[in-house]
Amino acid sequence: MSEIHLDRDVLSTLKEVMEDGYLELLDTFLNDSEARLRVLHEARDAEKLSATAHSFKGSSSNMGAIRLAELCGELEQRAKQPSLGGIEKLVSEIDSEFAHVRKLCREEREGFHC
Amino acid sequence: MLSDLEPLTVLIAEDSAADRLLLSTIVRRQGHHVLTAADGAEAVDIYIQQRPHLVLMDAMMPVMDGFEAAQKIKQLAGEQLVPIIFLTSLTESEALARCLEAGGDDFLAKPYNQVILAAKIKAMDRLRRLQATVVEQRDQISRHHDYLLNEQRVAKAVFDKIAHSGCLSAPNIRYLQSPYALFNGDLLLAAFNPAGDMHILLGDFTGHGLPAAVGAMPLAEVFYGMTAKGYGLAQILREMNAKLKRILPVDMFCCATLLCLSFQRCTVEVWNGGMPDGYLHDSLSGVRTPLPARHLPLGVLTPQLFDDRTEVHPMSLGDRVFLLSDGVIDTADDNEQLFGVERLQQVFSANREPDCLFEDIQQALRDFRGEPRDDFSMVEVRLVAPTQLNPPPPVYSDSGQSSPLDWSMSFEFRAQTLRRFNPMPYLLQLLLEVHGLRAQSGALYSVLSELYSNALEHGVLGLDSSIKRDASGFARYYSERNQRLDELNSGHVRVHVHVTPHGDGGRLVIEVEDSGKGFDVARVLARPADSNRLSGRGVSLVRQLSHQACWSDDGRSARVEFFWEALA
Repeated sequence: MSEIHLDRDVLSTLKEVMEDGYLELLDTFLNDSEARLRVLHEARDAEKLSATAHSFKGSSSNMGAIRLAELCGELEQRAKQPSLGGIEKLVSEIDSEFAHVRKLCREEREGFHC
Repeated sequence: MLSDLEPLTVLIAEDSAADRLLLSTIVRRQGHHVLTAADGAEAVDIYIQQRPHLVLMDAMMPVMDGFEAAQKIKQLAGEQLVPIIFLTSLTESEALARCLEAGGDDFLAKPYNQVILAAKIKAMDRLRRLQATVVEQRDQISRHHDYLLNEQRVAKAVFDKIAHSGCLSAPNIRYLQSPYALFNGDLLLAAFNPAGDMHILLGDFTGHGLPAAVGAMPLAEVFYGMTAKGYGLAQILREMNAKLKRILPVDMFCCATLLCLSFQRCTVEVWNGGMPDGYLHDSLSGVRTPLPARHLPLGVLTPQLFDDRTEVHPMSLGDRVFLLSDGVIDTADDNEQLFGVERLQQVFSANREPDCLFEDIQQALRDFRGEPRDDFSMVEVRLVAPTQLNPPPPVYSDSGQSSPLDWSMSFEFRAQTLRRFNPMPYLLQLLLEVHGLRAQSGALYSVLSELYSNALEHGVLGLDSSIKRDASGFARYYSERNQRLDELNSGHVRVHVHVTPHGDGGRLVIEVEDSGKGFDVARVLARPADSNRLSGRGVSLVRQLSHQACWSDDGRSARVEFFWEALA
């Protein structure tokens, strides 16, 4: 189940690419994502919502956060539609998915330390 | 995974910090130097300052998006190719198309794949180098072109100095040459000889460009040098041919028509080697007699095989000789059809105003093709009264202080020499060492030439000048002259020269004797000076130009005197 939250293969590639920068990458991703989540919660216009979801989708996919990237993609598409119904539900799904991802990232961080 | 290509400076424009970090690390690990920007405006600033080789550009960024930034960078890069690879998780084809319209060269989809990224950077670098090479080579070609044009300008300026030392500006010459005809191998020269006759050469070297122009220099030198010294066409042609044969590579030669217009004798002497037909236009009858090529071009045959035989045609005042280069008749239309001689002759027959012939021909060429070639030359020379021309006085380089004043000398030229040697230029140069005679060099040369050719043609060769009474007789006379000269094996011409002081100046006596049968002096001298248009001019010319002309020994010996006053 955790493969959907954070793809192990992607992580090991990233570890190989980043070497010592791996931890910084994890931290940066988490900080970035938290900032984006805040924007998603506060955003009042559809365009801002869609653009933020788009960026979030991109960086999530790079980190192997497959499910999170999917949800962001759905939000991006939904925000482009005339009726904004269901947006709040999607944002809260993204919230909880990110919570999983964050937990896994932190474990990864601890593991990398050892 | 360091690549084998030279390290590039890569600008990464990406607003997401994690993606930027990841991408920077990947690109750096591939051996490149990385610059980063978090939005489009920053990317443009960094591009201006650091001029990276390649840009990885996120499409969606705050402040200035990737599309706008890409457009600005492409504009700033100008002719340089700065490849822009769009980083995108965009999937809609419309959005992808926007990336290309903004100047993007490729895409890279998220999540990033290192192998694909490396391959794309490599491919883009190849493109970038290709473009740089093309631009560099184009600039090089353009520099070489400018250099070549400049060389041509300089060469043309030098050449014009030489070519225009002649008399192309004489009132009886009209010519038209495309500005850089010289570099298409065309050559037009004109000069007066010491007798006031005019030599004209229209030449066309094989080939184009500088090689074609180079041969023109020695040719012009021979033409002017020998014309000024009084050499005849045959000797000038021999010298030109020998010189070109010696210096030009085998595949290069010079088609040429050489004319000698004598305003006193009213004749034109023609040699045409490989040029298109020239035309002799009779102003009264309107008839145009072609002057076709009878010889191979200059520079082809060895001196032994070279044929310097010329044709002589009578002319009347107002008659014209027209010469042209093959650029005129070889002008081709869109269907590769040539303008041709027939069309030229149609222009001739339609021409009403002789002074507008060039314009008529140019118009016909334009009608035929739309645009005339850049390598045509046309020249037209009119026979005018000698008084209408002002041959420039010859320039002498010495001070004249060594002028010999009291001497005499005798020559005897025998058959074998008479056949191929014209002593006139040597005699003239010798006489012009006498400073006081220089002012009369034209008359001196005319008289000397006349006496010599009378002695040779009527005396030694026994030709009857009355054959020359009409145009066909004229041609017969000269062909007979050539034939008898070729077969000559006896006879002589003697020239005696006496220079003595006379008062404050001096006196020159020239006697010319021949081994011929002589003539009835009293009868010839009794004839009015211009009773006959074509023949018998010689005697009256001699009497007109010199003092004390008299004949003895039944016309076998002629004697003339020249006087000069004290020099200022």
